[in-house]
Amino acid sequence: MPITEKPVLQVKHLTVRYGKGCPLCGEHLEKNRCTVCGTVWAANDISLEVYPGEVLGIVGESGSGKSTMMQSLYFDLQPTSGEAFLSDYHEGTKNIWDASAAEKRTIKNCIMGMVYQNPVMGLRMEYSAASNIAEKLIAAGNREAGAMTERAKELLSAVEILTSRMGEAPKHFSGGMQQRVQISKALANNPAILLLDEVTTGLDLSVQAKVLDLIRRIKAEYGISILLVSHDHAVIRMLADRTIVMLDGKIIESGLTDQILEDPQQAYTQQLVHSLL
Amino acid sequence: MTQADHYNYAFLDEGSKREIRRTTLKAIAIPGYQVPFGSRELPIGRGWGTGGIQLTLSLIGPEDTLKVIDQGSDESVNAVNIKKFIRLTTNADITTDTHKATLIQSRHRIPEIPLDENQILIFQVPIPEPLRIVEPREEVTKKMHAEKDYAPIWLQLYESLIRYGKVTIPTEYPCTVENRYIMNPSPIPKFDNPKLHQAKCLYLFGAGREKKIYAVPPYTDVVSLAFDDVPFERENFTGKCCRLCGSTNTYLDEMYDGETGERFYQCSDTSYCKEVRANANH
Repeated sequence: MPITEKPVLQVKHLTVRYGKGCPLCGEHLEKNRCTVCGTVWAANDISLEVYPGEVLGIVGESGSGKSTMMQSLYFDLQPTSGEAFLSDYHEGTKNIWDASAAEKRTIKNCIMGMVYQNPVMGLRMEYSAASNIAEKLIAAGNREAGAMTERAKELLSAVEILTSRMGEAPKHFSGGMQQRVQISKALANNPAILLLDEVTTGLDLSVQAKVLDLIRRIKAEYGISILLVSHDHAVIRMLADRTIVMLDGKIIESGLTDQILEDPQQAYTQQLVHSLL
Repeated sequence: MTQADHYNYAFLDEGSKREIRRTTLKAIAIPGYQVPFGSRELPIGRGWGTGGIQLTLSLIGPEDTLKVIDQGSDESVNAVNIKKFIRLTTNADITTDTHKATLIQSRHRIPEIPLDENQILIFQVPIPEPLRIVEPREEVTKKMHAEKDYAPIWLQLYESLIRYGKVTIPTEYPCTVENRYIMNPSPIPKFDNPKLHQAKCLYLFGAGREKKIYAVPPYTDVVSLAFDDVPFERENFTGKCCRLCGSTNTYLDEMYDGETGERFYQCSDTSYCKEVRANANH
């Protein structure tokens, strides 16, 4: 990435801690838990940058802090400390975690889009697919029902869901369809960055392929920056430009995806990559 | 010694009435905002109009004339019993004539006759919170009001449009008061919603079980929620009229004769219907 380019998202020293912490925490961590005070460091001093049009992959085992970071970025949990800046929010000069509740809603609805591993977290299962998309548009201040319906049709068509089913509730859809409705919902307001948290986990291979194709298409057509968390190295290899590796709440390695997957430097990354290849 | 002498005037003690009046003043000062109050015990079950009764008892004086209606009717059980109770404890004049009443307590209707500056309409409210349908937690709805976060209620309207092609909410149709708070106008039919806008009278809403009072002062903007391209619509009674007075511009109740299978319509506001018939006979 050109050094002069301004990042869409910049995270500095993100820390999420469960427990009060103690002066000895730094020296007595067993995995990410302090053996002295029992504090769990779910995310520990994470810093990263995502550039325009870039897909940044995040890999790591369960409990490494990937989802904690995503949830912090999407305001689902408040970090203990750290800063995050979005180029579309006060031109990247104001920490998004210091924003007011109303500003956070604007960021969630207009600047960021989130696709959760579990569609129950991202969709209103009782509401129609069209309403799920309209929810984002309404939150952004749209009050024209006709225009919202047209936008819902456009987005559902883009993710290959029949518009004739837009009046149905996602609870009647398959897992893959639910994931695609989530993606269309996340795209409703043309966000600057898309957060994808294990979007293909739990889906069968053919559905996984469809969702991955869709993300690749979104990347090509919309040029949106994507932060992509996945267990699956094939997904990372297919989509991510750069990749960071997390372990016990910390980033232990980062670089170009090919470099990370072909020539991992850290012992843990080597183990992780080889265990799957 | 009359029966009324056995009770403190208007049943409630003076301190309680003062507290309710103070709450009412705050509600008037912040149109559409739900003000909590210490709902008192009454010789009537909560959910049977105790919010409205407490407002009426706190406001009624010797010069007042009271009218009580239940779904438009002056003679239904709820209305008759409330009138008896208030009469018993105040000796106040009771009327069925909307013009003569200074205080009107109503369950779920606004009279057809436009009210004036000297009249107060008090609503009995079961669920004061318009956001309850989308959010069960009180602490969250309070924040939503504070931050004017009304997207979920708009979503409710949109969902109705997507599923049924129109907004199907028949009563408790949400409205915005003075471009600030979204308010539940109590379960009045949406036919009555436009009567709240820029009205000459004071509207008070009392929810005894939920312990909330809110108000729409005279000449206040009250706008029913509607999308820019889907205007708000009231119930449509085109082609129907009251079988008793022939009115075509009132809210009509649909009646069904079990023996003949005939469907017919009748004014929901019984005193208005009587007045139209009396005027016709003269």
